[in-house]
Amino acid sequence: MSNFVLEARSVVAGYVPDLPILHGVSVHVSVGEIVTIIGPNGAGKSTLIKAIAGLLNISDGEVLLDGKSITNIPAHKLAAEGVGYVPQTGNVFATLSIHENLVMGGAPLPKELATKQIEKIYSLYPVLKERMHEKAGVLSGGQRQILAVARALLTQPRLILLDEPTAGLSPLAANELFAHIRDLVTNGSTVLMVEQNAKAALRISDRGYVMAEGQNRIDGAAHALLKDEEIGEIFLGKRRKSYKANQEKETT
Amino acid sequence: MFLQHLADGILSGAIVSLGAIGLSFTMKILRFANFSHSELLTWGAYSALIFASFFNAFGGVFGQTIGPFSFGLSLVIAMVGSCIMVSAIALVLHRYIFDKLSRTTAQMTMVFASFGVALILRHLVVLIWGSNPIYYSNDLQFAILLPGGIRVMPDQVFLLGLTIVTVVSLHLFMTRTRTGIAMRGVSESPELARVSGVNVDAIINWVWIIGASGAALGGVLYGMTVQLRPELGFSLILPLFAAAILGGAGSLYGAVLGGMVVGLSENLSVMIIPTTYKPAVPFLLILAILYFRPEGIFGEQKR
Repeated sequence: MSNFVLEARSVVAGYVPDLPILHGVSVHVSVGEIVTIIGPNGAGKSTLIKAIAGLLNISDGEVLLDGKSITNIPAHKLAAEGVGYVPQTGNVFATLSIHENLVMGGAPLPKELATKQIEKIYSLYPVLKERMHEKAGVLSGGQRQILAVARALLTQPRLILLDEPTAGLSPLAANELFAHIRDLVTNGSTVLMVEQNAKAALRISDRGYVMAEGQNRIDGAAHALLKDEEIGEIFLGKRRKSYKANQEKETT
Repeated sequence: MFLQHLADGILSGAIVSLGAIGLSFTMKILRFANFSHSELLTWGAYSALIFASFFNAFGGVFGQTIGPFSFGLSLVIAMVGSCIMVSAIALVLHRYIFDKLSRTTAQMTMVFASFGVALILRHLVVLIWGSNPIYYSNDLQFAILLPGGIRVMPDQVFLLGLTIVTVVSLHLFMTRTRTGIAMRGVSESPELARVSGVNVDAIINWVWIIGASGAALGGVLYGMTVQLRPELGFSLILPLFAAAILGGAGSLYGAVLGGMVVGLSENLSVMIIPTTYKPAVPFLLILAILYFRPEGIFGEQKR
C-alpha cells in the first residue's frame, strides 16, 4: 500500500459541464510533504485544488485520500474526512468575529471537541485569542491568512490545501506565512498548495508540479525544479532577469 | 396625537419586523426576491385558526381568555402549531420549487416563480376559508390609557412583548449557537462555509424554518390586532420589502430596525399627508434606500 495521503488520478473537471479545464491531471502527496503546483495563469491550478476540495464536479478520474476514494464527495463532508482547504480570496468570514470564524471551522466536530480545538488554536496563535471578539474583516492580509489557516487546522486535517496563500501579501508577510507553512509540516501536517510566488514556494517544498493548459507538464523534487533552466525561464522569471541584464549591457 | 401615532407605528413596525426577518435572509442566502414570503404571514394567521379551534373544542382552560387579553391558551398553543405548519409549507416550497429552480434557472425565473407561488397560496386560503374577514375572537376589548394620552389594546401590548421576546431569542440563537453562527457565515459566503465543514443545505433549511416562523407569528399577531383576510400578506408585501432592503439583506438587526422604520414612517406620515397615501410610504422608502444606500443600513458596502 502506498503512503500517499492524497492521490489524484487523471482528473477531468471544470466549472461548466462538458467544458473541462483539467484534462487528466494526476498528482500525489505523501505523508509530511509540502507539494507545490506552479504554472502560468489559466493553467488550471486553482481548478485542481477546488476539484480536490469537493467544490467542482469531477467528470472523470478519481481522487483518493489515504487510499479511499473521495471523488465528488461534498465539500462539507470532506472537511470532516480530514481535508482542510484555504481558498485564495474571501478566506475569512469578514462580518464574523475571529472566535466565530474558528467556531465555523469546528463545524464538523462535536461541540466539546471543537471547543478544545479552538483553545488549542488560541495557544498556538495567542494573537487570535487577544483579538477574539474583533471582526475578522479588520485584520490585515497576513493576519487573515493566519486566521484562515487556523480555521482549516481546527479539524486536525491530514491534508491542507492552500490556494495561493501569499496572494496580495507584502514580501515580509509572505515570508512569515511560508515559514508558518513549514512549521505546520514539522508538526505533522501535509500540504498541497498552488502558488504564483513559485520560487519562494518551491524553496519550502519537497516536490513540485508544473501545470499548463489543464495538464501536467513537469514534476520532480522542488530543488531540482528550482535549478531547471527551462522551468526557470518559463515560470520563475529567470528569462526576464537575463533579458533585463542583456538589455542593461546593451544600453551601457 | 404624535405619541399615539408613534405607538401605532411601533406596533405595526413589530409585525413588519417579524415578517421581514425571513425575507431578508432568503434575499441574501438564496439570492432572490421571494414575493411569496408575504403569503406565509397569511398562512400563519389562518393555520393558527385551525389549531385554536381544535384546542377550543376541549373547553375548560383552553377556551377561557387570559387576563385582559381577547384570547386564551388555545391561541398561544396555536401560535406554536402555526409556526410548525408554516415552516413545513416553506420547506416544501423550498425543496420542490425554489431549490430545484435555483440549480437550473436564472434568479429572475425564481422571482417569477415566487409570484406564481404567492397567487396559489393566496387563492388556496380563499378556497379553504372564503374571502370574508374572520376574527380570532369576537369579544370587545377596552383600550388601556397610558401616560401621554396613548391608548393601546391589551392584545397590542402582548404583540409588542412577544416581538421583543422573539427578537432577543433570535439574537441569542444567532450569536450563541453553532447553528446561528453558521447561518450568519452562510449568509456571508456559502462556499467558504461549505469548505469549513458546514452543511449549507441544512443551514438553508434552518433559514426557511426561522423565516417562516417569524412570518407565522407576524401573521397571527396581525390577525389578533386587526383581522384575518386572504389579502393580509399581500397588503404587507411593500412594507416587508422596504424593511428588508432598508435594513440590508441577511441582517437580523437590519430587518428589525427596517420594520420599525417602515411602521413608524407609515404611521407618522398621516400627520402630514392624507391617510389614503399611507401605503405609498414604504414604496418611497424603497426608492430612497436604493438611491442613497442600496446595500441597506446593516448591509455590506460593495467596493
